[in-house]
Amino acid sequence: MEDSYIVISYGQLALSAVLILVNVALSVALQLGLARSLLIAALRMVVQLLLIGFVLEWLFTQDNALVILAIALVMTAIAGVSAVNRTQRRFAGIYWHSLLSVLSASALVTGFAMVGIIRVQPWYDPQYLIPLMGMVLGNTLNGISLGLDRFMEGLIAQQGQVETLLALGATRWEAAHKPVRDAIRIGMIPTINSMMVMGLVSLPGMMTGQILAGADPIDAVRYQIVIIFMIAAGAALGIFAVVLLAYRRLLSPDHQLRLDYLEKAGQ
Amino acid sequence: MTSSQALLSAKNLGRQLGDRWLWQGVNFELFAGDCVGLVAPSGVGKTLLMRNLVLLDPFQQGEVRFEGKPLAAWSLPTYRSRVMYVPQRAIAFDGTVQDNLKQVFDLGAYRQRQFDPAIIQTWLAQLGRGPEFLKLNGARLSGGEAQILALLRALQLDPQVLLLDEPTASLDATTTAQVEALLHDWLQSPHRACLLTSHDADQIRRVTYRQINLGEFA
Repeated sequence: MEDSYIVISYGQLALSAVLILVNVALSVALQLGLARSLLIAALRMVVQLLLIGFVLEWLFTQDNALVILAIALVMTAIAGVSAVNRTQRRFAGIYWHSLLSVLSASALVTGFAMVGIIRVQPWYDPQYLIPLMGMVLGNTLNGISLGLDRFMEGLIAQQGQVETLLALGATRWEAAHKPVRDAIRIGMIPTINSMMVMGLVSLPGMMTGQILAGADPIDAVRYQIVIIFMIAAGAALGIFAVVLLAYRRLLSPDHQLRLDYLEKAGQ
Repeated sequence: MTSSQALLSAKNLGRQLGDRWLWQGVNFELFAGDCVGLVAPSGVGKTLLMRNLVLLDPFQQGEVRFEGKPLAAWSLPTYRSRVMYVPQRAIAFDGTVQDNLKQVFDLGAYRQRQFDPAIIQTWLAQLGRGPEFLKLNGARLSGGEAQILALLRALQLDPQVLLLDEPTASLDATTTAQVEALLHDWLQSPHRACLLTSHDADQIRRVTYRQINLGEFA
């Protein structure tokens, strides 16, 4: 592997930082007021990635399934929490709902891919498990964020319809299936859109990486197709789970719409 | 069910908003043929009482019984199909007025029943509206038209108890009188009762046989 691509030295890395100066110069010239945030964001990105590089290097030498699963679990937890952090409203238990949805969706999908499709030996080989899981998590997180946010906002916007249906004798499912469907649909849109133009508008990062690392483009494409299907399935399962859990919480067994459980984020 | 037994009874109801009790110890009974006015100054929580009676909001205190059975013994969709709350702000679903009227028969609670255009036409005629009313777009109804739609949508489901929250608030004087007459006719069938709020004291006197003053429980 060492021979198939050019290794970037720290000096070359520093040279690449010149590129971020383009943004800074633009911000200063146009008085966008972004220079400070840009520099902080760039610094964070560099530190985070360098750190994760070291973590991964260490991780890939591990062969204890428990250690690797523990790391995967930490990644899942971070994804579950960040998914909620981007929604506008909260209710008691929302973090658990998100965690449970991210965990079940990513575990199912990644597990199936590792054992059933790619057939990695051993099944927890971190060189495969961690990057694949990471990509599934990132996309599931986005889907859950969108779906959950849309579901809560949808219930608020459609309170009149939902409660009118309830008052007419609808069950909670009959009254709320429209906001549930809307939320799942909205959550799925980015995944479907990106599949539509995959390879035409966007060259997926993972495939590009593999090609740079010297892999045969056809092999890289095969991996990419597998990962896109994993991402789509993970997002769908995660969104479905989180919206149904939120539905069960916000529409009580007494067929009531409990908007009083919702509060604005940051309060 | 004996005729002396209340259709709907409320015992010791209480409603809290924050740490303040809006009303407490509310008791009343609705009998077959009854039409009761629920009166109180604005902000006392007449709407909240109606929402509580159909359990759209959870109880904080007290008990409601329908046909002698506590609400816990009822499936709530069934209960709400028989004790029907018609909110003041009438909501139309997507589609025409007729779609709105038909659509509710898709609900599980009415699976055995069917939309009956004849009865709707009769009621519309009583309210001075022709069959063209059925073709109007639900999203573009005026406040008054939406109220007519909401009332007919509830009436066609043949509930036993109607909880009407300001049912004529957006209607002109003529249509208001027609709605009152329709309600009067509706109450003539056995085992029906109505609880009604109105900001119009004359209407309460015209339509209802007795009143509950919620302000007394504040």
